[in-house]
Amino acid sequence: MTAYLLKRLAIAIATLILASMVVFAVLEVLPGDPARLMLGLNASADQVELLRNQMGLNAPLALRYLHWAGGLLSLDFGRSYTYSVPVIDLVRERLAVSLPLALIALALSTMIAIPVGLFSASRRGRAGDTISMGAAQLGVAVPNFWFALMLIYVFAVWLQLVPAGGFPGWSAGIWPALKSLLLPAVALALPQAAILARVTRSALIEVLNEDYIRTARAKGLPYRAVLWRHALRNAMIPVLTILGLQFAFLLAGTIIIENVFYLPGLGRLVFQAITQRDLIVVESVVMLLVAAVIAVNLLVDLSYAVVDPRLRTRQ
Amino acid sequence: MSLLDIKNLSLTIDDTPILKGMELSVAPGEVMGLVGESGSGKSMTALTVMQLLPYAARATGRVTFDGIDLLAATEDQMCALRGDDIGMVFQEPMTALNPVKTIGEQVAEGIRWHTKASRAEAEDRARKMLDRVGLPSAKFPMSRYPHELSGGQRQRVVIAIACALKPKLLIADEPTTALDVVLQAQILDLLRDLVAESRMGLLLISHDLAVVTEMADRITILRRGEVMETGDTARTLSEQLHPFTRQLAQASIHVPARSKPHGLETGRSLLQVEGVTRDYAGRRTSLFRRAPDIRAVDQVSLSMAPGQSLALVGRSGCGKSTLARMILALDRPSSGTIRFRGETITGKSEAELKPARRDMQVVFQDPYGSFDPRQKVEKLVAEPLHVLDKKPTRAERREMVAHALHEVGLDQRDMDKYPHEFSGGQRQRLSIARAIITRPKLVVADEPVSALDVSIRAQILDLFAELNQKLGIAYLFITHDLTVARAITDEVLVMHDGKIVERGKTSDVLDHPQSEAAKALVTAAPDLYRAIARRMREQG
Repeated sequence: MTAYLLKRLAIAIATLILASMVVFAVLEVLPGDPARLMLGLNASADQVELLRNQMGLNAPLALRYLHWAGGLLSLDFGRSYTYSVPVIDLVRERLAVSLPLALIALALSTMIAIPVGLFSASRRGRAGDTISMGAAQLGVAVPNFWFALMLIYVFAVWLQLVPAGGFPGWSAGIWPALKSLLLPAVALALPQAAILARVTRSALIEVLNEDYIRTARAKGLPYRAVLWRHALRNAMIPVLTILGLQFAFLLAGTIIIENVFYLPGLGRLVFQAITQRDLIVVESVVMLLVAAVIAVNLLVDLSYAVVDPRLRTRQ
Repeated sequence: MSLLDIKNLSLTIDDTPILKGMELSVAPGEVMGLVGESGSGKSMTALTVMQLLPYAARATGRVTFDGIDLLAATEDQMCALRGDDIGMVFQEPMTALNPVKTIGEQVAEGIRWHTKASRAEAEDRARKMLDRVGLPSAKFPMSRYPHELSGGQRQRVVIAIACALKPKLLIADEPTTALDVVLQAQILDLLRDLVAESRMGLLLISHDLAVVTEMADRITILRRGEVMETGDTARTLSEQLHPFTRQLAQASIHVPARSKPHGLETGRSLLQVEGVTRDYAGRRTSLFRRAPDIRAVDQVSLSMAPGQSLALVGRSGCGKSTLARMILALDRPSSGTIRFRGETITGKSEAELKPARRDMQVVFQDPYGSFDPRQKVEKLVAEPLHVLDKKPTRAERREMVAHALHEVGLDQRDMDKYPHEFSGGQRQRLSIARAIITRPKLVVADEPVSALDVSIRAQILDLFAELNQKLGIAYLFITHDLTVARAITDEVLVMHDGKIVERGKTSDVLDHPQSEAAKALVTAAPDLYRAIARRMREQG
């Protein structure tokens, strides 16, 4: 078990280092000079050169990487070129919107998908299965921004239950803040739930054919108890894998959804930073997202071992 | 008054008739043996009693258990009966337990469900039951997971689950078919004791007449969903009045006619194994430590003459399959050498092995799993031809396949069919055709008949004998079934814990075993005539 943990941790750290190199290198080779962008079109070459020196942009590549990576470790992301404030402050502010949004979406998606998967698998081939899997097919096919527009139209414009966009901030109270995150979370969650429901269903159907399901039935457990107690846990491995991958999609998905709903989140931040060539912000946010995805996948790996005792003893 | 009474039971699945007017009864404390070939409806009878039939199944007739009409019972009533009054044990112990739950949880679950006992109480009863089936708490704590147990131990857990609440009826569907003979004898003893202890009725389903004869008071013989004969075990099997009963009994002790051991006169050796050892790396216990290596095969030496038929017998896990893989050059020995036709084959590259591969082929146990279902027979049987020096033309290839099919008793038109169009016995003929197409000198057969029904098995043994005579092929039969060894081999090697502990003429070793390992195998092996004789004494 310890060997398994250590191995997973080592892989996660190596991935993080590699990802940081790639992120740094890619943004370095992209065209566009942040110093020139900051000073505007009328700046002279000398002024640009001066600023480049001040920003450390003329130092050798390796040195700049080490400096940047060392800064990341001490949560010093540097200063934003355009906002002229520490990046960490920007990120902290935006994370207060994006993290709850992603977590609510993830929770919603799981809460929808697993019951639907169970329902479908236990009625395999019957009307209930066909209808719910048809709906899931639709959910996979329709893009989330379209969902978002439909949700705004129905719940904000027509029923006027929730605001159509914007974020009042957590200082305005928990309920108003949550209310404005509700529609974006649903829009993010639905396509993910559709995929997850299909995965849950097929994993369950495979498990339900196993001999130990018959053993459990022969014990006298009713079908529903067998489904929950014996089948679901064995079907969790593929479901957890997809859940881990979906977290990455949820984070990326916020870029579109936050723009649709005018939410001041990380997605909007990174979008604006890209258009303004605010490299240091882009690098920082991308690294943050990478770290989050790697951490979630590490969690998924560890949860495999919790779910399946065979992984604890075997390599 | 019988405990279980099946009257005129007919069963269809998707309008295919499975059972036709089935009759069967089990009294309290009685062991009823249900015998039949695969597909005869034995398991479906069991599943009808449990009401765990597939969705598309329709049953008519009467099935009464303890006064309750099971076919009319609601699902709630059935749930109350299953696991409480009727227990069931299945064939495949490796997959019958939930891999993510401890054995304690799995035994206690049924107890809690039916008796509404507290967790502690149920675990206490589960612990007692595990002790009873021979899994003492010192070595087998409740916190063990199924993957930490062997097949025989897992079957004990399954029996503990089924018998935890002292059911009135236990249904055991081929409970020992997947186990070696020594484990089989232990599990059968356990079942017999449990029946005696609580006057439980036992419906024992098996294709093995000898096993059923040893266990059952009465016997029901099923064929294609119809009962052929039913009665006291001793009388039914000693008189063998019904032609099908006689056919089954004769097939299960069938010995093919072999005039004389083939080709022993030359004195030349075909295969020489010298001091071969195979170690597997031990499991990693932490980041820096490993458990000591596991020695699967330990200093084995043996030799085989051309045309000789040799049996390698031993319990599961004794290293016999590992040894066979090394002989086939599919695995490399840790030390020692293997010579085939005088040439060393250990440590050779795949290209250098080509000529040797042509002369040695293999037949596996499972005729269902060993063919790609999407390829036609022509391609499947021709597979080994790639080891020939010259690639045969398409016409030559068809000619060779046709010839091989003819030799194993199949029609040459069969080459355009797919594997699913053949029965189990025919598929095993296909595997043999595939093995002999390159005219090998040696065929290694790993449990080649243990998945087959007795009558099919007799035919396949005949085919092996015939090919040995006609083509002079030498056989290495790997088996835990001594009747197979007796039927078809000249000499026997007994393997135990990676070592060869006894070697000799088949009849000598099987009639007068010397080593402990050989004695254990011989005593545990069910023997039809011995069993009938004992039943005769008991039942008069």
